Amino acid sequence: MNSPLATVNKILTYSCVDGPGNRLVIFLQGCNFNCVTCHNPYTVGLCDHCGACIPTCHANALEMVNGQIAFDPSACDQCDACLDICPISSSPMVQHISVEDILEIARKNKPFLNGITVSGGEATLQLKFVIALFEEVKADPELKSLTCFVDTNGHLGGQSWGRLLPVTDGVMLDIKAFNTALHHGLTGQDNAKTLKAAKTVQDAGKLYELRFLVIPGKTDTAAEIESLTSFARALGPDIRVRLNAFQHHGVRAEAEDWETMAKTGIDKIAAHLRKAGIPEVITPAFYL
Amino acid sequence: MQEIFEKLRSITDDKTLNPAQKARYLSLEAENMLPYPALDAQTADALKQRVICDMYEGHAPYKPRYVLPDYSVVLKNGSEYLELPPPETLDETINTLMIAYHHVPSVTGIPVYIGQLDDLLLPFCDGVSDDALYRKIKLFWRYLDRVLPDAFMHANIGPTDNRVARAILRVDAELKQIAPNLTFLYDPKISTEDILAMATNNIVECSKPHIANHPMHAEHFDDRGYGIVSCYNVLPIAGGASTLTRVNLKEVALRADSTAHFFAEVLPHYMELNFRLIEARVDYLFNKSNFFTSFLVEEGWIDRDRFTVMYGIYAMAEAVNILQEKEGNAGQYGFDDVANALGYRMSEEMARIVQNRPLENVWRGRAMLHSQAGISIDEGATPGVRIPYGTEPDPVSHVQALAPHHQYYTSGISEILTVDETIKNNPEAMLQLCKGALESGFREFTANVASNDLVRVTGYMVRLSDIAKFKACRGSRTNTTALGAEAADGTGILDRKPRVVGHELSPSYGQ
Repeated sequence: MNSPLATVNKILTYSCVDGPGNRLVIFLQGCNFNCVTCHNPYTVGLCDHCGACIPTCHANALEMVNGQIAFDPSACDQCDACLDICPISSSPMVQHISVEDILEIARKNKPFLNGITVSGGEATLQLKFVIALFEEVKADPELKSLTCFVDTNGHLGGQSWGRLLPVTDGVMLDIKAFNTALHHGLTGQDNAKTLKAAKTVQDAGKLYELRFLVIPGKTDTAAEIESLTSFARALGPDIRVRLNAFQHHGVRAEAEDWETMAKTGIDKIAAHLRKAGIPEVITPAFYL
Repeated sequence: MQEIFEKLRSITDDKTLNPAQKARYLSLEAENMLPYPALDAQTADALKQRVICDMYEGHAPYKPRYVLPDYSVVLKNGSEYLELPPPETLDETINTLMIAYHHVPSVTGIPVYIGQLDDLLLPFCDGVSDDALYRKIKLFWRYLDRVLPDAFMHANIGPTDNRVARAILRVDAELKQIAPNLTFLYDPKISTEDILAMATNNIVECSKPHIANHPMHAEHFDDRGYGIVSCYNVLPIAGGASTLTRVNLKEVALRADSTAHFFAEVLPHYMELNFRLIEARVDYLFNKSNFFTSFLVEEGWIDRDRFTVMYGIYAMAEAVNILQEKEGNAGQYGFDDVANALGYRMSEEMARIVQNRPLENVWRGRAMLHSQAGISIDEGATPGVRIPYGTEPDPVSHVQALAPHHQYYTSGISEILTVDETIKNNPEAMLQLCKGALESGFREFTANVASNDLVRVTGYMVRLSDIAKFKACRGSRTNTTALGAEAADGTGILDRKPRVVGHELSPSYGQ
């Protein structure tokens, strides 16, 4: 079988923030957005083997072999100096992992799992792998009870959704902003595909939740919240919205100087959404 | 004498203890002025060096450490001694139990077991509406916490899904009291998914109850059953445990030259000394103290033949790391396969030794192995077989590293999984984590949610806000806050990710 390999930043066997229940989460490397607010920016770029990270590694876990960076996980002590120096927001510590490898991890942890979530980075950039993984999970007698979820920015064309959705149980879709210029400024991309994707996914009955990052002075404006409210309501009566509060963890460049989002502001927006008839509004369990 | 007077005076004049708490500490001082039950020189020396430890239970064991009355006896027959007729209504039943509790001794003077409450109350619930049941349980719960304020007092419910268990879970989440401690016995063949979810949602709410692996426990007991008492101790109903003594595996490992020496000589030697300590204490209780002339025996609440002894061990993490170092291996306990395998070997070997050593005046003639959670004065010794505070891996890896130990510890073993508060938005994850742990061979599932005020100190609960108040010198209404405060200062309480300690019992004043 011509099994695709995934470029993986990290795998977690315990997560209660990536969909319903406890989930095996595969963070895929590479993103088509470049958000200054990203809390794991080292998942954005794909390594071009420039070698800038090698001298920063005090544990000698990195070396150049035939023009490619070789990483020795057993030597690494997770100081993350290589991530700090990387000029393209990538990581030299990525692994290349097969579908079978993931299935093996899922089998080992099966009693603890409600499902599998692919996240990132932007998971749908490795669509072939994601589809192959989900197909295999559903075909495996031992694993088929696990639900397969995608955490995405929605920047994916209609045809691709047509291939992904049949093997997917749920989608968590992030909308960064409704105003086009604002969205472009925050992510470097337009939001037309994302907004269209929300409808496509919802029509397929697979929209688990809509996520919205609230940033003071940017996405907490009356106009943005109104757009969010009417967009969510138009999607359907059973929509679930998760409000995330902007925090400084991981963020880059000018975003480090932005004000963080406080609980009072989030609670106000949540109350507004609930009053407007959004049945389920989730707010952060805690604030940093 | 002057020294003794000063100590007694410091208790009588203490600013933070209430009179009942002072009376208890004074009685402990009096008991410990008596000579210890006779020990041979080697055992006495090992005890003095605290390689083995008697949990400071006292010099004259005049009561068993843990007593688990069969409360169904007094509900069926009433009590001649207490001049109680058999109850006929739910109110009379709860009232009878409230009276009964006051006559059940334990190492702390407060009962550690208050019964399998759903089995006890259900027969009296016909014609009682759900709302009336809820209100009666709520008053009962308030009484327990206020009148018997000790987190070692333990109630059991399950494995069936029933009205009483549901009312108790509802009340417990609502009141968020320290007492009573609570265990839901889970049996996948009997319990509904719904009641298990209700119990794990309660954990998210208030870090209670414990979830016990009922089939795994039940196989070690007979048809009179078992109860989960104090922290997470599993003992025969209508009996209990005469004593709990323990071996400090760290101290044992320090006295070994190598892993081979540890298993061949040092461990068996100190384990034998701990058996002798048990024998001396059990002999006093059974042959000198006259405890078993109690009305509890006469009326059949307890049976002299149903008292086991708990064979405690602790500081396995330190012991394994010490031996690893002696062998030139770098891997640490909890994280490395070789280190973990060494730990499993210790558990297996200790279970074998306990199984092969006959004891007199002990239920079924053998001790029961126990992963002991420590006391508030332990320093540099991790409870039981746990992974040291502050270094634990994620909950799933945590369970997988420790699950192979659980088969050996028939009188109780518990790991505290600390879960960050994001789980409050996703209680389904707690349910799955619990099912995964029990399916992996955990005898018992216990979790703390990081932001809850009510947190577990080894197996009992304290309120973090109470610890803060106690430290501000205002004293505490509940007996276990002082233990939590001692443990918080002396051990790693606040290092645990994010905050839990591992200590069961403060044995005497000022320790």
